[in-house]
Amino acid sequence: MAKSTKNNTLKLKFDTLKYAPAPESKSSAKINAQYDLFINGKFEKPLSKKYFDTINPATEEKLSSVAEANTADVDKAVKAARNAYNNVWSKMPAKERGKYIFRIARMIQERAREFSVIETLDGGKPIRESRDIDIPLAANHFFYYAGWADKLAYAFPNRQPKSLGVAGQIIPWNFPLLMAAWKIAPALATGNTVVLKPAETTPLTALKLAEIIQESDLPPGVVNIITGAGATGAAIVNHSDINKIAFTGSTEVGKIIQRAVAGTNKKITLELGGKAANIIFEDAAIDAAVEGIINGIYFNQGHVCCAGSRLFVQESVYKIVMQKLKDRIATLIVGDPMDKNTDVGAINSKQQLETIHKYINIGKKEGLDIFESSCVLPEKGFFCKPTLFTNVAQSSRIAQEEIFGPVLAIQTFRTDDEVIEKANNTAYGLSAGVWTDKGSKVFNLTSKLRAGVIWANTYNKFDPTSPFGGYKESGFGREGGLHGLSAYLNVQ
Amino acid sequence: MATKRLEVLKTYKIYIGGQFPRTESGRYYVATNKKQQALANVCLSSRKDVRDAIVAARAACGGWSGRAAFNRAQILYRIAEMLEGRRAQFVDELIKQDASAKDAEQEINLSIDRLIYYAGWCDKYQQVFGSVNPVASSHFNFSVPEPTGVVTIVAPQNSSLLGLVSVIAPIIAGGNTCVVLASEDKPLCSVTFAEVINSSDVPGGVVNILTGKPSELVKYFAEHMDVNAIVYCENDAATKKLIQEKASLNVKRVLFYDSINWKNDAEAQSPYFIMDAQEIKTTWHPIETVGSAKAGY
Repeated sequence: MAKSTKNNTLKLKFDTLKYAPAPESKSSAKINAQYDLFINGKFEKPLSKKYFDTINPATEEKLSSVAEANTADVDKAVKAARNAYNNVWSKMPAKERGKYIFRIARMIQERAREFSVIETLDGGKPIRESRDIDIPLAANHFFYYAGWADKLAYAFPNRQPKSLGVAGQIIPWNFPLLMAAWKIAPALATGNTVVLKPAETTPLTALKLAEIIQESDLPPGVVNIITGAGATGAAIVNHSDINKIAFTGSTEVGKIIQRAVAGTNKKITLELGGKAANIIFEDAAIDAAVEGIINGIYFNQGHVCCAGSRLFVQESVYKIVMQKLKDRIATLIVGDPMDKNTDVGAINSKQQLETIHKYINIGKKEGLDIFESSCVLPEKGFFCKPTLFTNVAQSSRIAQEEIFGPVLAIQTFRTDDEVIEKANNTAYGLSAGVWTDKGSKVFNLTSKLRAGVIWANTYNKFDPTSPFGGYKESGFGREGGLHGLSAYLNVQ
Repeated sequence: MATKRLEVLKTYKIYIGGQFPRTESGRYYVATNKKQQALANVCLSSRKDVRDAIVAARAACGGWSGRAAFNRAQILYRIAEMLEGRRAQFVDELIKQDASAKDAEQEINLSIDRLIYYAGWCDKYQQVFGSVNPVASSHFNFSVPEPTGVVTIVAPQNSSLLGLVSVIAPIIAGGNTCVVLASEDKPLCSVTFAEVINSSDVPGGVVNILTGKPSELVKYFAEHMDVNAIVYCENDAATKKLIQEKASLNVKRVLFYDSINWKNDAEAQSPYFIMDAQEIKTTWHPIETVGSAKAGY
C-alpha cells in the first residue's frame, strides 16, 4: 500500500461557496474633471498648457485629467517654495510649525474614507488595503512627525540641527498618499519647504492632499504639489535652487538621479528597488509562514519595493510548504479592487502589466516551472494571476531582477550559511524575512542579512516610528522614526 | 681610522591584506620635503593594487564587523598604545616632512588621543544612535546601526598622520574595513602607521594603505562595484563631481570632509563620523497577545 502524506490544510470549495460582492461605494469620492498644479497655495493652470489623463486601472475608464508641469512650472513651484522658506517657514516658531502638521494629520483622518476610495480607483489596490493600511498610516505619519518639530535637538545629541531649505520630492505609484506623507511630513517638521511630484499614474490623492493643505491654512508655498511624468521629475532634480532631493522609485532612476546631482551641493536620499529574501526554516510555524509568504509577495499586487519576491524554503519542508502555498493561492480573490473581499487588485498600469508579463515569459524561457492561480481575471482592466516559479537558479533573471508584480521565485536550501549566502547575493538590500520558532536562529539571521528592514515571523509591516530604507543598491537614508529626521537636516 | 656606521634605510611599502608588498606595477615616486630633498622612494600604486586591496578589505569585512564591539574597542586602544610606543619615529618623519618640532609633537599627541577617543566609542554609539521603536501594532521593533561594508578613503593630503588617523578610526570603530590612499606629498607616516596597525591585533585586510597619486587612483576608488562608501577630504570641485558620478554606478555613499581642521577636536571628532558609514537596520518581531492587554515596548 502506498504511504500517503497527510495534508491537514483545510481546503474550502470556492466553487460552491462564493463570497457575495461587497463593493465599497464610490459616492464619498469627489473627483474633479480636471486638476491644475498646486503652487503657492493656489491651483494654477500649467504654463505648459498641457494635461494628461489618469485612469482607473481596474476598468480603464478615465478618472480625471491632470496638469503636466514643464520646466517653467517647476521653476515657479521652486520659487514659491524658496520664498515661503525664506520669509515664513524658517522664521516660524517650531511649535507652530508642528501644529500645522498635526492639523493636516487630523484632516486626513476626517476624510479617510474619501482618500481610500480615490486611492483604490486611481491605483488599483484593494479597498481593504487603502482603507486599513495606506490612509491610516499616511495620517499617522503626519501625526508622528508633527510632534518632532520642536524637539529636533533631542534627536541629535550635542548638535543643533539646521533645516536644508527647499526639498524636491519624487514619489512612486505603489503607495501614492503614503509616500507623499513619508516625504512631506518629515520635511515640514524639520523646517524645510517642499515641491512634491506624485507619479503620473496615481496623482489624485496627492492633489486631494493639496486641497487639505489649502484648507489647513498652511502658509502658501510651504508645500507645492505638481504633476507630470519623468521630464517633470528631471526638471525638479536639475533645478539649481533646490537643496535636497528625496526620491522613491526604481534603482535605475535612482542611479540617474545620483549622477545628475553630482557636482552640486544637493543632499539626496534614495529609497530604491529590492529583491527581498523571505526565508522559511523547517522549525517555522508553517501555516503562519505561508500566510507571511502570501502577504509578502501578493500584498498590493506585488507592487512593493520590499516585497518578499524570493522565497527560500528549507528542503525538509519544501513539499508541505509548496502544497499549502498552492492551496492558499487558490483561495486568493483576484479582481475588482473596490470589492471589500478582494485580496489582489488591479496592476497599476498597462505598462507595468507588460513588464510583469515580460518577466513571466523570461521565467518560462529559462525553463523554470511555473504555477499560477486558476482564478478568472476580469475582462477589462489590468490584472495578473498570482504566479510562482520553482526550480529557480540563483542566476535566473527572475531571482535577480525586481519584477514589481505578483510573481514569486522559489529556491531551496539546506543550511543556515547557505541561505545567508544566497539571500545576500544580490545588489539590493532593502528588506528580508525570516520564519523560524527558534529565537537564537532569528537573531543570527537578522544580524547577518544585509538589508535595512528585517521582518522575523512577520512581513510587510510598517509604522511611522519605524525607520525604513535600504542597504547597497536599494538606496540610502531612512524614512520614518527618529532616523528619518536626518534626511532633511544638516547635522554636522 | 674608525668607520662611521652606515644607517639602515627603510623601504616604504604599501599595506594590503596584512602584508607589505611593493606595488605590483613596480612603479615608484620620490617623496621630498619642501627643499626638494629626497626623503624616500615610495610605491606608486596602480589600479591593480586598488583592486587587490578592495578584495582584501571585503574578505576581512565579515570577521571584523562580527567582532564584539568591546573587542574592537580593545584593538583601537591597542593601536593607540603602539603609536605611543613609536612616537619618536613619527616625530622624526613629521619633521622630515617639514613640520616644526612643536607641530610634530602636537600631531602625534592628537593622533594618539583621537584613537583613544574612537576606541571609547566602539561599544557606545549603538546605544546612542539605536532605538526601540514604539510601533502601534503588537511587535517588538528596534533599529541598530550596522557597518556599511567596504569604504575607500582618500586621506587628507595636507596632514601626514593626524588626517589619516582621523579618517580611518571612525570607519573601523564602526566595524567597516577600508582601503586608504595616503597623502601624496607626505606619505612617510602612512607606511609607518601601517606597521603600527600590523602590530596591534588588527586583522589583516581591515585597514589597507596605499601610496600614490590621487589624480590617478580616485577614479578607481569611486567606481569599484564592491565598495559601499567613499570618503574624500579635499575641496576640488572636479574631483568631487567625478566621485559622485562614479559612485552612482552602485549607489555608493559619498562622504566629503573637505573643510575640517583636523587639529580641532570640536570639529574633527564625533560619533557622527562613525554614523556616516553606518546603515540603520530595523527588525520586527510579533509579540503574542494573550488576554485583554496588548503587550508592547
